[in-house]
Amino acid sequence: MSAPTWTGRIRARGLDAFPPERLLPDTQPAYVASWIYVFGVLTLAAFLVVLGSGAVIALAGPAWWHTSSIGHFFNSIHLWSTELFFFFMVVHLWGKFFMAAWRGRRALTWVTGAVSFLVSIATAFTGYLTQQNFDSQWIGTQAKDGLNASGAGAFFNVLNFGQMLMWHILLLPLVVALLTGGHILLVRRRGVVPPL
Amino acid sequence: MRPVSYPQHADPAAEWTGPKRRYDIVKEATIALVAVALLAVLLAAIFSSPDVKPVTVAEWASTQPNDFLATAVSELDGTSGVATYGPPYTHVAGAGQNIVGGVSIERALGVQIPINPARAFVLDPLSIPATTNPQLARALAVYEHAPQAEQHAWAEAFGAAVAKGNVVRLVRQHPNRYGPVPVLMAELLAIARSGGLDGALVSTDRFYQTNFTKALLFLADGSYLESLAQKEHLLGSQWGMMNETGNYPGQAWLWLYTFWYQIPPFSTSSNADAQIWAIMAVLSLAFVCIPFIPGVRSIPRIVPLYRVIWRDYYRRAGRQVGDSNTS
Repeated sequence: MSAPTWTGRIRARGLDAFPPERLLPDTQPAYVASWIYVFGVLTLAAFLVVLGSGAVIALAGPAWWHTSSIGHFFNSIHLWSTELFFFFMVVHLWGKFFMAAWRGRRALTWVTGAVSFLVSIATAFTGYLTQQNFDSQWIGTQAKDGLNASGAGAFFNVLNFGQMLMWHILLLPLVVALLTGGHILLVRRRGVVPPL
Repeated sequence: MRPVSYPQHADPAAEWTGPKRRYDIVKEATIALVAVALLAVLLAAIFSSPDVKPVTVAEWASTQPNDFLATAVSELDGTSGVATYGPPYTHVAGAGQNIVGGVSIERALGVQIPINPARAFVLDPLSIPATTNPQLARALAVYEHAPQAEQHAWAEAFGAAVAKGNVVRLVRQHPNRYGPVPVLMAELLAIARSGGLDGALVSTDRFYQTNFTKALLFLADGSYLESLAQKEHLLGSQWGMMNETGNYPGQAWLWLYTFWYQIPPFSTSSNADAQIWAIMAVLSLAFVCIPFIPGVRSIPRIVPLYRVIWRDYYRRAGRQVGDSNTS
Protein backbone atom coordinates (compact mmCIF):
# COMPACT_ATOMS: atom_id res chain seq x y z
CA MET A 1 0.00 0.00 0.00
CA SER A 2 1.40 3.40 -0.93
CA ALA A 3 2.19 6.03 1.74
CA PRO A 4 -0.59 8.53 2.48
CA THR A 5 -0.33 11.74 0.50
CA TRP A 6 -0.09 15.22 2.11
CA THR A 7 -3.55 15.90 0.72
CA GLY A 8 -4.93 12.71 2.23
CA ARG A 9 -3.43 13.48 5.63
CA ILE A 10 -4.84 17.00 5.68
CA ARG A 11 -8.28 15.72 4.64
CA ALA A 12 -8.24 13.05 7.33
CA ARG A 13 -7.18 15.52 10.02
CA GLY A 14 -9.72 18.07 8.83
CA LEU A 15 -12.58 15.58 8.93
CA ASP A 16 -11.46 14.37 12.34
CA ALA A 17 -11.37 17.89 13.81
CA PHE A 18 -14.36 19.22 11.90
CA PRO A 19 -16.91 16.57 10.99
CA PRO A 20 -19.70 18.22 8.94
CA GLU A 21 -22.21 18.20 11.80
CA ARG A 22 -19.71 20.14 13.96
CA LEU A 23 -18.72 22.58 11.23
CA LEU A 24 -22.32 23.36 10.23
CA PRO A 25 -24.42 22.34 13.22
CA ASP A 26 -28.21 22.27 13.30
CA THR A 27 -28.41 21.84 17.08
CA GLN A 28 -26.84 23.71 19.99
CA PRO A 29 -26.59 22.92 23.71
CA ALA A 30 -29.77 24.07 25.44
CA TYR A 31 -27.85 26.65 27.50
CA VAL A 32 -27.07 28.68 24.37
CA ALA A 33 -30.16 30.79 24.88
CA SER A 34 -29.34 34.47 25.37
CA TRP A 35 -29.19 37.61 23.22
CA ILE A 36 -25.51 37.94 24.11
CA TYR A 37 -24.74 35.07 21.72
CA VAL A 38 -26.00 37.12 18.79
CA PHE A 39 -23.15 39.64 19.01
CA GLY A 40 -20.55 37.22 17.66
CA VAL A 41 -22.40 36.67 14.40
CA LEU A 42 -23.34 40.37 14.25
CA THR A 43 -19.62 41.23 14.45
CA LEU A 44 -18.91 38.85 11.60
CA ALA A 45 -21.79 40.30 9.56
CA ALA A 46 -20.53 43.86 10.13
CA PHE A 47 -17.04 42.77 9.05
CA LEU A 48 -18.48 41.45 5.77
CA VAL A 49 -20.33 44.75 5.20
CA VAL A 50 -17.08 46.64 5.89
CA LEU A 51 -15.27 44.46 3.34
CA GLY A 52 -18.06 44.80 0.79
CA SER A 53 -18.36 48.59 1.03
CA GLY A 54 -14.56 48.90 0.95
CA ALA A 55 -14.47 46.73 -2.17
CA VAL A 56 -16.97 49.04 -3.91
CA ILE A 57 -14.80 52.08 -3.06
CA ALA A 58 -11.75 50.19 -4.33
CA LEU A 59 -13.41 49.69 -7.73
CA ALA A 60 -12.93 53.34 -8.69
CA GLY A 61 -9.90 54.14 -6.53
CA PRO A 62 -9.26 55.88 -3.21
CA ALA A 63 -10.12 59.41 -4.40
CA TRP A 64 -13.44 58.50 -6.04
CA TRP A 65 -15.63 59.09 -3.01
CA HIS A 66 -14.55 62.76 -2.77
CA THR A 67 -16.03 63.56 -6.18
CA SER A 68 -19.00 61.20 -6.47
CA SER A 69 -22.19 61.22 -4.39
CA ILE A 70 -22.47 57.46 -4.90
CA GLY A 71 -18.88 57.06 -3.77
CA HIS A 72 -19.56 59.23 -0.72
CA PHE A 73 -22.58 57.07 0.14
CA PHE A 74 -20.47 53.91 0.03
CA ASN A 75 -17.86 55.63 2.15
CA SER A 76 -20.64 56.39 4.66
CA ILE A 77 -21.66 52.72 4.65
CA HIS A 78 -17.99 51.82 5.17
CA LEU A 79 -17.78 54.22 8.13
CA TRP A 80 -21.00 53.14 9.82
CA SER A 81 -20.43 49.42 9.30
CA THR A 82 -17.03 49.96 10.96
CA GLU A 83 -18.70 51.69 13.90
CA LEU A 84 -21.20 48.80 14.14
CA PHE A 85 -18.40 46.26 13.84
CA PHE A 86 -16.59 47.70 16.86
CA PHE A 87 -19.78 48.10 18.88
CA PHE A 88 -20.79 44.48 18.28
CA MET A 89 -17.27 43.21 18.91
CA VAL A 90 -16.90 45.08 22.22
CA VAL A 91 -20.27 43.73 23.48
CA HIS A 92 -19.21 40.25 22.30
CA LEU A 93 -15.88 40.57 24.14
CA TRP A 94 -17.47 41.72 27.40
CA GLY A 95 -20.03 38.95 27.13
CA LYS A 96 -17.33 36.32 26.65
CA PHE A 97 -15.31 37.81 29.51
CA PHE A 98 -18.18 37.50 31.97
CA MET A 99 -18.85 33.94 30.77
CA ALA A 100 -15.14 33.13 31.37
CA ALA A 101 -15.37 31.68 27.88
CA TRP A 102 -11.73 30.56 27.92
CA ARG A 103 -12.52 27.58 30.17
CA GLY A 104 -12.15 24.02 28.91
CA ARG A 105 -9.19 24.38 26.54
CA ARG A 106 -10.69 27.48 24.93
CA ALA A 107 -7.88 29.90 25.82
CA LEU A 108 -6.74 30.09 22.19
CA THR A 109 -10.26 31.06 21.17
CA TRP A 110 -10.04 34.04 23.53
CA VAL A 111 -6.51 34.90 22.34
CA THR A 112 -7.46 34.90 18.64
CA GLY A 113 -10.50 37.07 19.41
CA ALA A 114 -8.49 39.54 21.49
CA VAL A 115 -5.69 39.81 18.92
CA SER A 116 -8.31 40.22 16.21
CA PHE A 117 -9.76 43.16 18.17
CA LEU A 118 -6.33 44.82 18.40
CA VAL A 119 -5.55 44.26 14.71
CA SER A 120 -8.99 45.63 13.84
CA ILE A 121 -8.09 48.85 15.67
CA ALA A 122 -4.97 49.16 13.52
CA THR A 123 -7.03 48.43 10.39
CA ALA A 124 -9.57 51.14 11.17
CA PHE A 125 -6.77 53.55 12.10
CA THR A 126 -5.10 53.13 8.69
CA GLY A 127 -8.50 53.79 7.14
CA TYR A 128 -8.65 57.16 8.86
CA LEU A 129 -5.13 57.88 7.56
CA THR A 130 -6.05 57.17 3.95
CA GLN A 131 -9.23 59.21 3.65
CA GLN A 132 -7.25 61.97 1.88
CA ASN A 133 -8.97 64.75 3.78
CA PHE A 134 -8.33 67.00 6.78
CA ASP A 135 -8.94 64.15 9.22
CA SER A 136 -6.18 62.13 7.58
CA GLN A 137 -3.76 65.05 7.74
CA TRP A 138 -4.41 65.78 11.38
CA ILE A 139 -4.62 62.19 12.62
CA GLY A 140 -1.44 61.30 10.75
CA THR A 141 0.61 64.24 12.01
CA GLN A 142 -0.58 63.59 15.58
CA ALA A 143 -0.24 59.81 15.54
CA LYS A 144 3.29 59.88 14.19
CA ASP A 145 4.65 60.99 17.59
CA GLY A 146 3.25 57.97 19.44
CA LEU A 147 4.34 55.53 16.76
CA ASN A 148 7.80 57.12 16.53
CA ALA A 149 8.19 56.98 20.32
CA SER A 150 7.29 53.27 20.26
CA GLY A 151 9.85 52.64 17.53
CA ALA A 152 7.19 51.45 15.07
CA GLY A 153 7.17 54.79 13.25
CA ALA A 154 10.61 54.11 11.81
CA PHE A 155 9.08 51.37 9.64
CA PHE A 156 5.32 52.05 9.75
CA ASN A 157 5.18 55.61 8.40
CA VAL A 158 1.69 57.03 8.98
CA LEU A 159 2.50 59.99 6.70
CA ASN A 160 3.20 57.71 3.74
CA PHE A 161 -0.18 57.44 2.02
CA GLY A 162 0.83 54.60 -0.29
CA GLN A 163 2.16 52.46 2.54
CA MET A 164 -0.89 53.08 4.74
CA LEU A 165 -3.32 52.34 1.88
CA MET A 166 -1.67 48.97 1.27
CA TRP A 167 -1.83 48.11 4.96
CA HIS A 168 -5.47 49.22 5.08
CA ILE A 169 -6.83 47.40 2.05
CA LEU A 170 -4.66 44.28 2.01
CA LEU A 171 -2.33 43.38 4.88
CA LEU A 172 -4.39 44.21 7.95
CA PRO A 173 -7.78 43.01 6.62
CA LEU A 174 -6.07 39.77 5.62
CA VAL A 175 -4.78 39.32 9.17
CA VAL A 176 -8.22 40.12 10.63
CA ALA A 177 -9.87 37.68 8.20
CA LEU A 178 -7.39 34.90 9.04
CA LEU A 179 -7.75 35.48 12.77
CA THR A 180 -11.53 35.59 12.49
CA GLY A 181 -11.55 32.38 10.46
CA GLY A 182 -9.32 30.67 13.03
CA HIS A 183 -11.47 32.03 15.85
CA ILE A 184 -14.67 30.64 14.31
CA LEU A 185 -13.08 27.25 13.62
CA LEU A 186 -11.93 27.09 17.25
CA VAL A 187 -15.48 27.85 18.41
CA ARG A 188 -16.78 25.06 16.19
CA ARG A 189 -14.00 22.71 17.37
CA ARG A 190 -14.45 23.22 21.10
CA GLY A 191 -18.13 24.10 21.15
CA VAL A 192 -19.80 26.88 23.16
CA VAL A 193 -18.53 27.03 26.73
CA PRO A 194 -21.07 25.66 29.27
CA PRO A 195 -22.32 27.69 32.27
CA LEU A 196 -20.01 28.33 35.23
CA MET B 1 -33.06 8.43 39.88
CA ARG B 2 -33.36 10.70 36.82
CA PRO B 3 -30.20 11.54 34.76
CA VAL B 4 -28.79 15.04 35.42
CA SER B 5 -29.54 17.07 32.25
CA TYR B 6 -28.52 20.43 33.69
CA PRO B 7 -25.45 19.82 35.87
CA GLN B 8 -24.65 22.56 38.39
CA HIS B 9 -21.02 22.48 37.28
CA ALA B 10 -20.68 21.15 33.77
CA ASP B 11 -17.16 20.12 32.74
CA PRO B 12 -16.17 22.78 30.17
CA ALA B 13 -13.58 20.48 28.59
CA ALA B 14 -16.05 17.65 27.97
CA GLU B 15 -18.43 17.34 25.06
CA TRP B 16 -21.92 18.51 26.06
CA THR B 17 -24.24 15.52 26.35
CA GLY B 18 -27.20 17.32 27.90
CA PRO B 19 -30.31 18.59 26.16
CA LYS B 20 -29.94 20.45 22.88
CA ARG B 21 -32.08 22.87 20.97
CA ARG B 22 -32.71 23.35 17.26
CA TYR B 23 -30.26 25.75 15.62
CA ASP B 24 -29.74 26.88 12.01
CA ILE B 25 -26.29 28.45 11.69
CA VAL B 26 -26.70 29.38 8.02
CA LYS B 27 -30.08 31.03 8.61
CA GLU B 28 -28.72 32.95 11.59
CA ALA B 29 -25.71 34.21 9.62
CA THR B 30 -27.89 35.24 6.67
CA ILE B 31 -30.38 37.14 8.83
CA ALA B 32 -27.50 38.86 10.69
CA LEU B 33 -25.82 39.91 7.44
CA VAL B 34 -29.01 41.33 5.94
CA ALA B 35 -29.94 43.13 9.17
CA VAL B 36 -26.49 44.69 9.65
CA ALA B 37 -26.25 45.70 5.99
CA LEU B 38 -29.65 47.41 6.18
CA LEU B 39 -28.71 49.14 9.44
CA ALA B 40 -25.42 50.40 7.93
CA VAL B 41 -27.28 51.71 4.85
CA LEU B 42 -29.84 53.42 7.08
CA LEU B 43 -27.14 55.08 9.22
CA ALA B 44 -25.27 56.14 6.06
CA ALA B 45 -28.42 57.64 4.56
CA ILE B 46 -29.27 59.55 7.74
CA PHE B 47 -25.85 60.66 8.98
CA SER B 48 -23.58 60.47 5.90
CA SER B 49 -19.82 60.79 6.68
CA PRO B 50 -17.43 63.72 7.18
CA ASP B 51 -15.14 64.88 4.38
CA VAL B 52 -13.47 68.19 5.22
CA LYS B 53 -11.11 69.22 2.43
CA PRO B 54 -7.41 68.78 3.14
CA VAL B 55 -5.31 71.85 3.91
CA THR B 56 -2.88 72.85 1.17
CA VAL B 57 0.38 74.72 1.53
CA ALA B 58 -1.08 77.23 -0.95
CA GLU B 59 -4.02 77.89 1.38
CA TRP B 60 -1.70 78.21 4.37
CA ALA B 61 0.69 80.63 2.62
CA SER B 62 -2.20 82.77 1.35
CA THR B 63 -4.17 82.81 4.62
CA GLN B 64 -1.31 83.14 7.12
CA PRO B 65 1.83 84.32 5.26
CA ASN B 66 3.62 85.30 8.49
CA ASP B 67 3.15 81.85 10.00
CA PHE B 68 4.30 80.31 6.72
CA LEU B 69 7.43 82.50 6.61
CA ALA B 70 8.23 81.91 10.29
CA THR B 71 7.98 78.14 9.70
CA ALA B 72 10.02 78.19 6.49
CA VAL B 73 12.84 80.20 8.04
CA SER B 74 12.84 77.94 11.11
CA GLU B 75 13.57 75.06 8.72
CA LEU B 76 16.58 77.05 7.50
CA ASP B 77 17.98 77.96 10.92
CA GLY B 78 17.34 74.50 12.39
CA THR B 79 14.81 75.48 15.05
CA SER B 80 11.67 73.92 13.50
CA GLY B 81 9.80 70.96 14.89
CA VAL B 82 11.28 68.53 12.35
CA ALA B 83 14.79 69.99 12.64
CA THR B 84 14.80 69.39 16.41
CA TYR B 85 12.70 66.19 16.32
CA GLY B 86 15.43 63.59 16.19
CA PRO B 87 14.75 59.97 15.11
CA PRO B 88 13.33 58.78 12.82
CA TYR B 89 13.71 62.04 10.81
CA THR B 90 16.77 63.99 11.91
CA HIS B 91 20.09 63.45 13.67
CA VAL B 92 19.80 65.45 16.90
CA ALA B 93 21.95 64.42 19.85
CA GLY B 94 19.79 63.26 22.78
CA ALA B 95 16.48 63.83 20.98
CA GLY B 96 13.81 61.14 21.21
CA GLN B 97 11.35 60.22 23.93
CA ASN B 98 12.31 57.98 26.86
CA ILE B 99 10.05 55.24 28.21
CA VAL B 100 11.81 55.28 31.58
CA GLY B 101 15.13 56.81 32.60
CA GLY B 102 17.25 57.05 29.46
CA VAL B 103 15.63 54.10 27.66
CA SER B 104 14.48 55.20 24.21
CA ILE B 105 13.44 52.78 21.45
CA GLU B 106 13.23 55.79 19.14
CA ARG B 107 16.92 56.59 19.64
CA ALA B 108 17.93 52.93 19.54
CA LEU B 109 16.42 52.54 16.06
CA GLY B 110 17.91 55.80 14.84
CA VAL B 111 17.11 57.84 11.75
CA GLN B 112 15.17 55.62 9.33
CA ILE B 113 13.30 58.34 7.37
CA PRO B 114 16.10 60.90 6.90
CA ILE B 115 15.01 64.47 6.23
CA ASN B 116 17.20 67.55 5.87
CA PRO B 117 14.63 70.27 6.69
CA ALA B 118 16.47 73.19 5.06
CA ARG B 119 17.01 71.24 1.87
CA ALA B 120 13.68 69.38 1.79
CA PHE B 121 11.36 72.29 2.61
CA VAL B 122 13.20 75.35 1.25
CA LEU B 123 16.35 74.89 -0.84
CA ASP B 124 15.30 71.96 -3.07
CA PRO B 125 11.85 73.45 -3.90
CA LEU B 126 13.54 76.79 -4.72
CA SER B 127 16.04 75.11 -7.04
CA ILE B 128 13.20 74.41 -9.51
CA PRO B 129 12.22 78.06 -10.28
CA ALA B 130 15.90 79.08 -9.90
CA THR B 131 16.57 77.52 -13.30
CA THR B 132 14.58 80.35 -14.93
CA ASN B 133 15.04 83.09 -12.30
CA PRO B 134 18.62 84.51 -12.23
CA GLN B 135 18.03 86.63 -9.09
CA LEU B 136 16.82 83.58 -7.19
CA ALA B 137 19.67 81.46 -8.57
CA ARG B 138 22.20 84.06 -7.30
CA ALA B 139 20.54 84.23 -3.87
CA LEU B 140 20.57 80.46 -3.61
CA ALA B 141 24.24 80.31 -4.60
CA VAL B 142 25.19 82.99 -2.05
CA TYR B 143 23.29 81.16 0.70
CA GLU B 144 24.63 77.71 -0.11
CA HIS B 145 28.25 78.89 -0.36
CA ALA B 146 28.16 80.94 2.85
CA PRO B 147 29.64 79.55 6.08
CA GLN B 148 27.09 77.73 8.24
CA ALA B 149 27.33 80.33 11.01
CA GLU B 150 26.48 83.11 8.56
CA GLN B 151 23.57 81.14 7.10
CA HIS B 152 22.27 80.63 10.61
CA ALA B 153 22.67 84.33 11.51
CA TRP B 154 20.78 85.48 8.38
CA ALA B 155 17.93 83.03 8.98
CA GLU B 156 17.73 83.85 12.68
CA ALA B 157 17.61 87.60 11.97
CA PHE B 158 14.90 87.07 9.35
CA GLY B 159 12.91 84.93 11.78
CA ALA B 160 13.11 87.71 14.37
CA ALA B 161 11.92 90.26 11.79
CA VAL B 162 8.94 88.04 10.87
CA ALA B 163 8.08 87.72 14.55
CA LYS B 164 8.05 91.54 14.92
CA GLY B 165 5.38 91.71 12.24
CA ASN B 166 6.61 94.15 9.59
CA VAL B 167 9.23 92.14 7.80
CA VAL B 168 9.26 94.23 4.59
CA ARG B 169 10.08 97.48 6.43
CA LEU B 170 12.71 95.83 8.60
CA VAL B 171 14.46 94.23 5.62
CA ARG B 172 14.54 97.59 3.82
CA GLN B 173 16.07 99.27 6.89
CA HIS B 174 18.87 96.71 7.33
CA PRO B 175 19.28 94.80 4.03
CA ASN B 176 22.72 93.40 4.92
CA ARG B 177 21.52 91.82 8.15
CA TYR B 178 19.51 89.13 6.32
CA GLY B 179 21.81 88.24 3.40
CA PRO B 180 19.96 86.43 0.58
CA VAL B 181 17.26 85.06 2.92
CA PRO B 182 14.61 87.74 2.07
CA VAL B 183 14.88 86.85 -1.64
CA LEU B 184 14.64 83.14 -0.85
CA MET B 185 11.64 83.60 1.43
CA ALA B 186 9.82 85.94 -0.96
CA GLU B 187 10.22 83.42 -3.77
CA LEU B 188 9.19 80.51 -1.53
CA LEU B 189 6.08 82.41 -0.45
CA ALA B 190 5.22 83.16 -4.08
CA ILE B 191 5.68 79.51 -5.12
CA ALA B 192 3.67 78.36 -2.12
CA ARG B 193 0.78 80.72 -2.91
CA SER B 194 0.71 79.51 -6.51
CA GLY B 195 0.44 75.88 -5.37
CA GLY B 196 3.88 75.00 -6.69
CA LEU B 197 5.25 74.08 -3.25
CA ASP B 198 2.48 71.51 -2.73
CA GLY B 199 3.80 69.70 -5.78
CA ALA B 200 7.48 70.28 -5.03
CA LEU B 201 7.19 68.77 -1.55
CA VAL B 202 5.98 65.42 -2.89
CA SER B 203 8.12 65.31 -6.02
CA THR B 204 11.05 62.92 -6.31
CA ASP B 205 13.04 61.68 -9.28
CA ARG B 206 10.16 59.32 -10.11
CA PHE B 207 6.91 60.15 -11.88
CA TYR B 208 4.31 58.50 -9.59
CA GLN B 209 4.09 59.71 -5.97
CA THR B 210 2.29 58.26 -2.96
CA ASN B 211 4.40 59.54 -0.07
CA PHE B 212 3.32 62.78 1.65
CA THR B 213 5.74 62.62 4.57
CA LYS B 214 7.61 65.84 3.73
CA ALA B 215 4.48 67.85 2.90
CA LEU B 216 2.71 66.77 6.08
CA LEU B 217 5.73 67.37 8.30
CA PHE B 218 6.10 70.88 6.86
CA LEU B 219 2.40 71.63 7.40
CA ALA B 220 2.61 70.29 10.95
CA ASP B 221 5.60 72.52 11.71
CA GLY B 222 3.40 75.60 11.22
CA SER B 223 0.55 76.63 13.48
CA TYR B 224 -2.14 76.91 10.76
CA LEU B 225 -2.99 73.19 10.71
CA GLU B 226 -3.23 73.14 14.50
CA SER B 227 -5.47 76.21 14.59
CA LEU B 228 -7.92 74.49 12.24
CA ALA B 229 -7.79 71.29 14.31
CA GLN B 230 -8.54 73.28 17.46
CA LYS B 231 -11.73 74.62 15.86
CA GLU B 232 -12.74 71.02 15.15
CA HIS B 233 -11.93 69.97 18.75
CA LEU B 234 -9.17 67.64 17.60
CA LEU B 235 -6.24 68.72 19.78
CA GLY B 236 -4.58 66.24 22.10
CA SER B 237 -6.05 68.09 25.08
CA GLN B 238 -9.48 67.73 23.46
CA TRP B 239 -9.29 63.91 23.29
CA GLY B 240 -7.30 64.32 20.11
CA MET B 241 -7.25 61.90 17.26
CA MET B 242 -9.97 59.55 18.52
CA ASN B 243 -12.36 62.28 17.34
CA GLU B 244 -13.01 63.28 13.76
CA THR B 245 -14.37 66.43 12.15
CA GLY B 246 -18.05 67.16 12.71
CA ASN B 247 -20.36 65.34 15.10
CA TYR B 248 -19.29 61.79 14.36
CA PRO B 249 -18.27 59.05 16.77
CA GLY B 250 -14.74 58.78 15.40
CA GLN B 251 -12.44 56.10 16.76
CA ALA B 252 -14.24 55.71 20.08
CA TRP B 253 -12.35 52.44 20.62
CA LEU B 254 -9.18 54.51 21.21
CA TRP B 255 -10.70 56.03 24.37
CA LEU B 256 -8.28 54.33 26.77
CA TYR B 257 -5.21 55.33 24.73
CA THR B 258 -6.42 58.93 24.46
CA PHE B 259 -7.47 59.00 28.12
CA TRP B 260 -3.88 58.84 29.39
CA TYR B 261 -3.02 62.07 27.54
CA GLN B 262 -5.66 63.92 29.57
CA ILE B 263 -4.26 63.18 33.04
CA PRO B 264 -1.02 63.98 34.92
CA PRO B 265 1.80 63.14 34.72
CA PHE B 266 1.29 62.37 31.01
CA SER B 267 -0.58 65.59 30.20
CA THR B 268 2.59 67.54 31.02
CA SER B 269 5.30 64.97 30.27
CA SER B 270 7.71 65.47 27.38
CA ASN B 271 7.95 61.67 27.19
CA ALA B 272 4.17 61.12 27.22
CA ASP B 273 4.01 59.29 23.87
CA ALA B 274 6.68 56.75 24.80
CA GLN B 275 5.24 56.20 28.27
CA ILE B 276 1.64 55.84 27.10
CA TRP B 277 2.61 53.44 24.32
CA ALA B 278 4.50 51.34 26.88
CA ILE B 279 1.45 51.30 29.17
CA MET B 280 -0.86 50.37 26.30
CA ALA B 281 1.51 47.61 25.17
CA VAL B 282 1.43 46.08 28.66
CA LEU B 283 -2.37 46.46 28.94
CA SER B 284 -2.90 44.99 25.47
CA LEU B 285 -0.72 41.99 26.32
CA ALA B 286 -2.64 41.54 29.57
CA PHE B 287 -5.94 41.72 27.67
CA VAL B 288 -4.82 38.97 25.30
CA CYS B 289 -3.50 36.86 28.19
CA ILE B 290 -6.54 37.19 30.51
CA PRO B 291 -7.14 33.39 30.55
CA PHE B 292 -3.67 32.93 32.09
CA ILE B 293 -3.68 35.74 34.68
CA PRO B 294 -4.67 34.54 38.17
CA GLY B 295 -7.19 36.85 39.80
CA VAL B 296 -8.28 38.56 36.59
CA ARG B 297 -9.53 35.29 35.12
CA SER B 298 -11.59 34.74 38.27
CA ILE B 299 -13.48 38.05 38.04
CA PRO B 300 -16.39 36.47 36.10
CA ARG B 301 -17.00 34.10 39.05
CA ILE B 302 -17.09 37.06 41.47
CA VAL B 303 -19.30 39.28 39.30
CA PRO B 304 -22.36 37.09 38.78
CA LEU B 305 -23.35 38.44 35.39
CA TYR B 306 -23.15 34.88 34.12
CA ARG B 307 -26.24 34.20 36.27
CA VAL B 308 -28.15 36.64 34.05
CA ILE B 309 -26.73 35.26 30.79
CA TRP B 310 -27.55 31.67 31.73
CA ARG B 311 -30.61 32.39 33.90
CA ASP B 312 -32.75 29.91 31.99
CA TYR B 313 -30.15 27.19 32.50
CA TYR B 314 -29.86 27.83 36.23
CA ARG B 315 -33.65 27.92 36.60
CA ARG B 316 -33.92 24.50 34.96
CA ALA B 317 -30.97 23.18 36.97
CA GLY B 318 -32.59 24.42 40.21
CA ARG B 319 -35.92 22.87 39.25
CA GLN B 320 -34.14 19.61 38.45
CA VAL B 321 -32.53 19.53 41.90
CA GLY B 322 -35.93 20.17 43.49
CA ASP B 323 -37.54 17.39 41.44
CA SER B 324 -34.82 14.88 42.34
CA ASN B 325 -35.19 15.76 46.04
CA THR B 326 -38.93 15.15 45.96
CA SER B 327 -38.79 11.92 43.91
